[in-house]
Amino acid sequence: MGIGDINKDLIRERAKCTFNVTELTYFLDGGKDKTLERKERERVMLTKREELFGGTPDEYLSHKEKYENSMRKAVILFSLLRKVQKENNTDLTNYRNLLSGVLGASISQDGSPFGLHYIMFMPVFMSQADEEQQKKWLHRALNCSIIGSYAQTELGHGTFIRGLETTATYDPATQEFVLHSPTLTSYKWWPGGSQLYSKGECHGIHSFIVQVRDEDTHMPLPGIKVGEIGVKMGLNAVNNGFIGFDNVRIPRTNMLMKHAKVLEDGTYVKSKNSKLIYGAMVFVRVVIVFDSVNYLAKAITVATRYSAVRRQSQLKEGEPERQILDYVTQQDKILTAIAGCFAMKMNARMLWDTFNVINDQLHKGNFERLGELHALACCLKAISTTDSSMFTERCRLACGGHGYMVSSNLPPTYALTTASCTYEGDNTVLLLQTARFLLKTWRQIDTAPLTPTVQYLKTVSTPGYSYKWENSVEGIIRGFQIVSMKKISSCVDLMTTKIMSGMSQEDAWNTVSIQLVSAGESHCRAIVISTFHEDMSKAMRSMSEPLAEVMGQLVELYAVFWALERLGDLLEFTSISGADVVKLRSRYEELLRKIRPNAVGLVDAFDIIDELLQSSLGAYDGRVYERLMEEALKSPLNAEPVNQSFHKYLKPFMQGKL
Amino acid sequence: MAEPKVCEDLLRERRKCTFDVTELTNLIDGGAQGTEERHYVENLVLNTEGLSTKNEVPEEYLSHKERYEYAVKKACILYEVLKEYAAKHNTMDAFKPTNKYRVTFGVVKDISPFMLHMGMFVPTILNQSDPEQMAEWLPQAMSMGILGTYAQTELGHGTFLRGLETTATYDPATEEFVLHTPTLTAYKWWPGGLAHTANHCIVVAQLYSKGVCYGVHPFFVQIRDTETHMPLPGVKVGEIGPKMGFQTANNGFLGFDHYRIPRRSMLMKNAQILKDGTYVKSKNDKLTYGTMVFVRVLIVTDVAYELSRAATIAVRYSAVRHQSQPKPGQPEPQILDYVTQQHKLFIGVATSHVFRVTGCWLWDSYSQVIADVGKGNMDQLPELHALACCLKAVCSRDATARVEEFRLACGGHGFMASSNLPIINGIVAATITYEGEYTVLMLQTARFLVKAWKQATLGNAMTPTVSYLVRFVNNDRVRWENRPEGIVSGFLAIAAGKTKAACESLQEYERSGMDYEDAWNSASVQLVNASEAHCRAILCEVSWRELSRLAAQSSPSLGKVLLQMGELYLIYWALEKRGDLLLYSTITGADIAKLQARYEVLLGLLRPNAVGLVDAFDIRDEILNSTLGAYDGRVYERLMEEALKSPLNAEPVNQSFHKYLKPLMMKAKL
Repeated sequence: MGIGDINKDLIRERAKCTFNVTELTYFLDGGKDKTLERKERERVMLTKREELFGGTPDEYLSHKEKYENSMRKAVILFSLLRKVQKENNTDLTNYRNLLSGVLGASISQDGSPFGLHYIMFMPVFMSQADEEQQKKWLHRALNCSIIGSYAQTELGHGTFIRGLETTATYDPATQEFVLHSPTLTSYKWWPGGSQLYSKGECHGIHSFIVQVRDEDTHMPLPGIKVGEIGVKMGLNAVNNGFIGFDNVRIPRTNMLMKHAKVLEDGTYVKSKNSKLIYGAMVFVRVVIVFDSVNYLAKAITVATRYSAVRRQSQLKEGEPERQILDYVTQQDKILTAIAGCFAMKMNARMLWDTFNVINDQLHKGNFERLGELHALACCLKAISTTDSSMFTERCRLACGGHGYMVSSNLPPTYALTTASCTYEGDNTVLLLQTARFLLKTWRQIDTAPLTPTVQYLKTVSTPGYSYKWENSVEGIIRGFQIVSMKKISSCVDLMTTKIMSGMSQEDAWNTVSIQLVSAGESHCRAIVISTFHEDMSKAMRSMSEPLAEVMGQLVELYAVFWALERLGDLLEFTSISGADVVKLRSRYEELLRKIRPNAVGLVDAFDIIDELLQSSLGAYDGRVYERLMEEALKSPLNAEPVNQSFHKYLKPFMQGKL
Repeated sequence: MAEPKVCEDLLRERRKCTFDVTELTNLIDGGAQGTEERHYVENLVLNTEGLSTKNEVPEEYLSHKERYEYAVKKACILYEVLKEYAAKHNTMDAFKPTNKYRVTFGVVKDISPFMLHMGMFVPTILNQSDPEQMAEWLPQAMSMGILGTYAQTELGHGTFLRGLETTATYDPATEEFVLHTPTLTAYKWWPGGLAHTANHCIVVAQLYSKGVCYGVHPFFVQIRDTETHMPLPGVKVGEIGPKMGFQTANNGFLGFDHYRIPRRSMLMKNAQILKDGTYVKSKNDKLTYGTMVFVRVLIVTDVAYELSRAATIAVRYSAVRHQSQPKPGQPEPQILDYVTQQHKLFIGVATSHVFRVTGCWLWDSYSQVIADVGKGNMDQLPELHALACCLKAVCSRDATARVEEFRLACGGHGFMASSNLPIINGIVAATITYEGEYTVLMLQTARFLVKAWKQATLGNAMTPTVSYLVRFVNNDRVRWENRPEGIVSGFLAIAAGKTKAACESLQEYERSGMDYEDAWNSASVQLVNASEAHCRAILCEVSWRELSRLAAQSSPSLGKVLLQMGELYLIYWALEKRGDLLLYSTITGADIAKLQARYEVLLGLLRPNAVGLVDAFDIRDEILNSTLGAYDGRVYERLMEEALKSPLNAEPVNQSFHKYLKPLMMKAKL
């Protein structure tokens, strides 16, 4: 494609960029070699460009056709993945890169029917199967000769694992488990792509590997009732299913036995440490945080490029219409989302590192930081999904009516982000989990040693700690830490008062729960902003000066944005004054102005190729209107000037002959 | 067939309700007669053969094309039944907000391809055609002998009307206009029903005569042959493709290649072109605002209704769903008992009432102003315009946020299309953008506020909705009082304070050497904030006044609940905006703690009436379209029943296994 085909405004924007985009791409990928690896994966994928991206777009198909088409594509994609994978190891890091990298999740705008095979089935299997089981099944799962899903949630039960109804009763006579769904509400509901093998789970944390369909005919095996749960807001290519068991027998050795065991005679051998199982759950939440970053990266790429191409209104009489990116209200929507994406990227990395460190400790029998890891993963999952969903919707709305078009890819992206707010732990429930940890920490603040992520609570609550509001990133971080500390201590006090007045512990907890959620959120905000600031500051030392400058601006914009968003907290709990607020606002407007010229460069650096971005508004060349029309013309309705319904219904109706 | 049993939890909830549900239903319908008429229309429609959707494959399983065909079929049968009602809409008064016709959702779940016919085509004819034109067009439109839509927005142009590219050039030789689409970006893009349904259309185009451009004007244009439905020569029309929602609205694009229409196709109530091409100006160019304001006014009550649908679904589901075991050994509680859940739900229920009463108040203001305009008095038009802009913007955005909150409150099941929450989200989210984009509308109101502030500082007379500004010219901190009227005062102080701050920033930027337009742009985030604050103050003030008035007219038991909802709304927003209150009132940390405690008390007070409150919305299952929200609470049974309607579930093995999956798995084995 010649440069002449690129929208002039975008060319001008790219010329304006003050930093080296490739340098930033390397940073975002984690190094030049990682960028090259990604490019290689993309190259391999694009060898099947027509098969993967050609044809009538999915959104025109019926639900059934959509599934069939996504199966077709998934099979192509996973044969490719298998090829790439052979050269890699199968440890979790490679694994995460392979999937959570843009490649895996995004062939279909609507998810993939194999998603759960990789994201749940495999990790759970790796962490819960004993050696013999791994030997038997792992390679088959890795090369997709069996395809699995993970069935935990039931029609009537989600959050409360102990409430699950599906039973696995051991029968020592035949050395088998009998799986059974006693009620309608006990049907497993949601698992993606229930294809061949599935794991039913019994007492919360016991997993079984279950063959659900015949390997040859694919028919459901006797006693198994399996099907799909129907159309959803998004992820319609995922093939989420239900499954019920009517006294289905599986061999004893199908229970995943790395931790707990059932012996031949039916004796139950308890796990040495049931906590090890947390590993897989935390892993999934880490993946979700990375996914949130990837979804948001798409949304900002689309919205920023579109805002550079779209022109609207004359700011001044007689002038040409302005790029909408020049409007400060537009910058307010988009540049903050860009900053949010970078902030979450740094936090995802921090969570991943923390996970690895603590997971190692766990395997060495050190469980000291397990509570902290759990609390951290809970709130970061909640905040990253909430934020990426909020910022994605902001970006969508920033594209006006065209952001409502499926061909912009913003609606499907929003559906992906918002789905992640409820799956793998509803966000409200997760923030309450974090709050539980925080209250416990606060109660022991003077008696027990503090783990790193809550160390600040001690610092800012030490008597004599001198604090005065300061309009700087550090000052804002301190402010958020104080807000968090005050909210936590206020919850503890409220709980105490209520319990003293005769309320049960549980009722007091429920009564205060709105404030508990708010405390969990504030804690997480403090962590997110300080991680972004600290880790980015470290990284900036090895960046070129122009890039470091822009990164610094993003950090500050992010901090100021959240300070203004949470002004109520800051005014209530810190010494910020009305005059400080006025200054913060004008600093905010100044930062928007400074970052504006680099907006397109910043999103270009995410280097999301058009085939993966799949957006009429966001393509690299900025041919927005041409693509909108080209996509519309793919509609089967547009293939005929008059639709048959005219003759059948419309004409008789208008002529009063219906 | 025996009536399916109603879920025990819902029966218990209904017994607990402290007020008369029917009394509230009547109040929502504007009286018992309103309820009766609505029921009559609902029965009429839902008892019509061919309109029941019960045993069909749900529309969301169909292909895009099939879904459109399905919607046309249903809409034709539906409007055949409703024709006599449509015919009654021959004056603007007949468009007064009502829930009488919401039954259309019981026929097509999403938006009907006919929506803009009654929604914009007919109102534009009513508002902008001269008597002769009206006599010709209105009867055909009212009887639906022709189907129309309204085409203004273009592929490359929305907000900035003057930027529209479609031209209508007058040719005095033939006494015709030549409609033309000079570029790709000039294509009309978006109008509902335009793609394959409508055969007529109001087209907004730049009017040229004698080489002079007179700006945008509306034209009545036939685009398809009435017999064959083929696009007429020179007309290029088609659909724009799938969207986030509005899947069956049949939104279209439209281009003209030197397409000729008679001179009298221009709507001539206001401006005119004479035969020789002379342009006769409108007496007042603001007159064309009428339809635009009208549509914005109706959006407020529309989103209130969508909110009531989402509320019904989420509250009933929360009464049926049980989860977790906070106390060992006890049964899992209804999720409605969790305070965090009440926090998500009750504000949404209250907001539906707030928007409805404010929307009705706005309609009355609108009717009054339009009546005055008819008498030649335009004084109140700018205020009405400013009011409609910010209320449309804020209500559409808040309603979307509340619907999403309801959806998320239903956990994973809220993501199911069969819950109907995703479809409602699609319908409501669109309102933020169409008929005036959120930010653009807020800035329109801000322009009015900035002018008003200047008047206030000069001590000049103020129009009613901004007269409060005067109080804050010299004193921007209001004395805080922890009661509803005190909260309303607080919000007025915030609005004034933010308007003042934005005006000061504007001046600051000007002083730094910027011209007014650049200064306006630089301060625009704050200007939007000021508009929002102004709008929140109006919502608080009007809703508290209206709900208090309605409470006084109601039985004591209902009156109490109405006031609780009004107060909940005020306190919710006071807590949300406590940062602003801390800046612009004398509120203290202790006051905030009291507000928070009172908020939690109100949640507790509303809890026993939660199901009663949504029952009072009186939305029939057929209109609700929700597995989670049906009156009987058979949530899980319905989820499974709906799932089993999936064509994929009709076969145990899908063909893709043999085509794709098996070869993949086999290859792996080799």
